[in-house]
Amino acid sequence: MEAFFFDIVLLLDSSIRLVGPLILAALAGLFAERSGVVDISLEGKMLGAAFAAAAAAAVTGSAWVGLGAGILTSIALALLHGFVSITHRGEQIVSGMAINIVVAGLAPVLANSWFHLNGQTPLLDESQRFTSITLPGVEVMSNVPVVGTLYVEVISGHNLLTYVAIALVPLSAWVLYKTRFGLRLRAVGENPSAVDTAGISVIWLRYQAMIVAGVLCGVAGTSLSTALGAGFIRDMSAGKGFLALAAMIFGRWMPVPTLLACLLFAFSDALQGRLQGVELPVVGVISVQFIMMLPYVVTVIALAGFVGHIRPPAASGKPFVRSR
Amino acid sequence: MSSVATDNLPKWVNFGLIPFLNLATAFIVSGLVIWSLGEDPFLAMSLLLEGAFGYGEAVSYTFYYATHFIFTGLAVSIAFRAGLFNIGGEGQAIMGGVGILLAVTIGADLPSFVLIPLAILGGAVFGGAWAAIPAYLQAKRGSHIVITTIMFNFIAASILSYLLVGPLKREGAQSPESADIPDAAKLDPLSDFFGGLGFPEGPANSSLLIALVCVFLYWLFINRTHYGFGIRIVGLNPSAARFAGISSTKVIMISMILAGAMAGLMGLNEVLGVQHRLITNFTAGFGFVGIAVAFMGRNHPVGIVLAALLFGAIYQGGAELAFEMPSVTRDLVIMIQGLVILLAGALEHIYRSPLEKIFEKFNKPSKGEG
Repeated sequence: MEAFFFDIVLLLDSSIRLVGPLILAALAGLFAERSGVVDISLEGKMLGAAFAAAAAAAVTGSAWVGLGAGILTSIALALLHGFVSITHRGEQIVSGMAINIVVAGLAPVLANSWFHLNGQTPLLDESQRFTSITLPGVEVMSNVPVVGTLYVEVISGHNLLTYVAIALVPLSAWVLYKTRFGLRLRAVGENPSAVDTAGISVIWLRYQAMIVAGVLCGVAGTSLSTALGAGFIRDMSAGKGFLALAAMIFGRWMPVPTLLACLLFAFSDALQGRLQGVELPVVGVISVQFIMMLPYVVTVIALAGFVGHIRPPAASGKPFVRSR
Repeated sequence: MSSVATDNLPKWVNFGLIPFLNLATAFIVSGLVIWSLGEDPFLAMSLLLEGAFGYGEAVSYTFYYATHFIFTGLAVSIAFRAGLFNIGGEGQAIMGGVGILLAVTIGADLPSFVLIPLAILGGAVFGGAWAAIPAYLQAKRGSHIVITTIMFNFIAASILSYLLVGPLKREGAQSPESADIPDAAKLDPLSDFFGGLGFPEGPANSSLLIALVCVFLYWLFINRTHYGFGIRIVGLNPSAARFAGISSTKVIMISMILAGAMAGLMGLNEVLGVQHRLITNFTAGFGFVGIAVAFMGRNHPVGIVLAALLFGAIYQGGAELAFEMPSVTRDLVIMIQGLVILLAGALEHIYRSPLEKIFEKFNKPSKGEG
C-alpha cells in the first residue's frame, strides 16, 4: 500500500512536470480559436521557441534571455500565421502545417550551422536553465502525513515556468470572461460582423489573439528546452502541439476544462514513462513500443469517445470579409 | 477548403506561372538563409542541380525519390479533393510497408506475376485501413482529422518499431529490420527496362511505372466516375453536396481509404525496389513531402508528377549539397518544402490576385470584339 501510494505520488509529480508546455500551448490554441483563427502551428511555434531559447541561453548563459528569445521567435511565427490567415485570408490549416514544417527544417539547419552539434544546441548547465523551486513551508509540511507528502512531492519542486503555466489558467479564464478584451475576443470568434458593426477592428483583435498565442507558445517551447530538457533536440516537440490542440477541443475551448484535459494527457505520458519495463498483473511486461504510444492513443480515444457534442467558436477558421 | 480550378486565368498561368513564382520565392528565401549562414547561395544552387542531374546515378536517385512523392502526393491530393487535409501519409505509408512485407512473406513461393500484385494489394489494404480509422472518426464522431491522422503517424511508427524488434525481426540481426524478401518479389531497376534508351543504373525501379498507373487511375477516378464527382462536389461546396443528397460519410471514407492506399504503395519503392526488406523509419518524412507535392502540382495528375520530379531533384540534390557544403544540412530541404506549402497552399492569392487583374485587362478588349 505504501509503495502504491508512493507510485501514485511520483506519477502525479511527473504529470505536473509534463503538463506545463501542454497547457501553455493549449491556451495559445484557445485564444487563437476563440478569436476565429484555427492554429495548428502550435507545434512549430513551440519548436521554434525551444530552439531560440536553448540557443540564446547557451550563448548568453541566461535562461531569462532564452525565454525572451523564445517568446520573440514564437510571436514572429504567430504573426506570420496571422498575416496568412487574417490579412491574406489563406487556408488556416495549410498555413499552420506549413509553419510546422518550415520550423522543423530551419531549426536544425541553424543549430547545425551555429553549434556544429549535428542539429542540436549545446547541453545547458543548471545556471542556464529554469530549475526546480522548493516552495516555502516544505520542511514543516514534510512531517504531515499524506497531505504533506503531496505538497512536498507533487506541488513543490517544479520549475518556475510550470507554476507560471498553471497560474495562467485562471488568469486566462479571467481575461476571457471578465475583461472587455475577452468579451470582444469571444464575440469576434462567434460573430465578427457584429463586432465590426460596433466599430471594433476584427483584424486588430485577431492579431492581438495571435500575439497572445505567440507569447504562450514561446513560454511553452522555452520550457521544453530550458526547463524540462537541457538543450534543443531535433523534433523535440514530438506532437505536443497537436496534443494541446486535442486537449483544447476536449476541454471545449474553456480554460479550466482544457487544463483537466491536459492533465489527463500529461498523466498518460507520465504513466507511459513509468510503465516501461514494469511487470504488470495478468498481462506481464508490455513492449515498450506499445507503452510509448499510450499518450497518442489516449488522445484519439478522448477526441472520438468522450467529447460528445462539440461546438467550436462559430467563426473559427473563417476569414473575415466585411459585407457591404 | 477550396481546391483548384479558377477559370479567370489561362491554364499556363494557373499550372505553370503561379507554381513557378511560388517555387522561385521559396528558393529566394532559402537562398537568403544559405547566405546568412555564410555560404554562397548561387554555388549552393549549382551544387544542388549538379547533385540532382549531374551524373547517371544521381538521375536515378532523383527518379527514385520522385516515385515516393508521386504516391504520397496522390495521398494528400485525393483527400484534399474532398476537402480533407490528410497529414497521415507518413503513418499510412508505414502500415502499407508492413502490408507489403506480410504479403510477400505469406506468398513467398508464388511466382512474380502473382506475388507482386499480391504485394500491391497488401500495401493498399493496410494503408487504406490505417486511413479508414481517422476517416470513420471524422465522419461519425467529428474527430478533427488533422489531429487524428498525426496521432496515427506516431502510433504507426511505434507499431513498426515493435514489429521490427519483435515478430518480424530478422534472426540474429542487430538493427531493427525484417528478413529479406523473396527474390520473386523484387522489382527490377528501371535501367533493366530503359537501359537501351540510356536510363542510368541506380535505385529507381519499376514501382515508378506503378506510380504512373496510379496517377492515371487517379485522373480516371476523380474525373470519370460518379464517386469522383461526389468527392469533387463535397470538396468545392459541402452544402451543395448535402442538398444534392451526396453522403458526406461515404465521401470521407472513400477518399481517405484511397488516399491511404496510395500512401501505402510507397512501400513498393522502398521495400520491393531498393531495401528488399523492411527497415525502421523507412518513410523518413516522405509522407509530409506529399503535402508540398499536392499543392505545387495543384492537385492535377500531370502537376503531381512534375512536382514529384521537382521534389525528387530537390531531395537528391539537397543530399549532395549537404555533403559538399557542411554548414547546410539536409533539413534545408524540409524548410523549402514548408515554404512551398505556405506559398502554394495558403498564400496563393499573393500572386493570383494581381495576375487576375492583369489578365482581366488583357481579356476585356477581345471580348468586346467578339
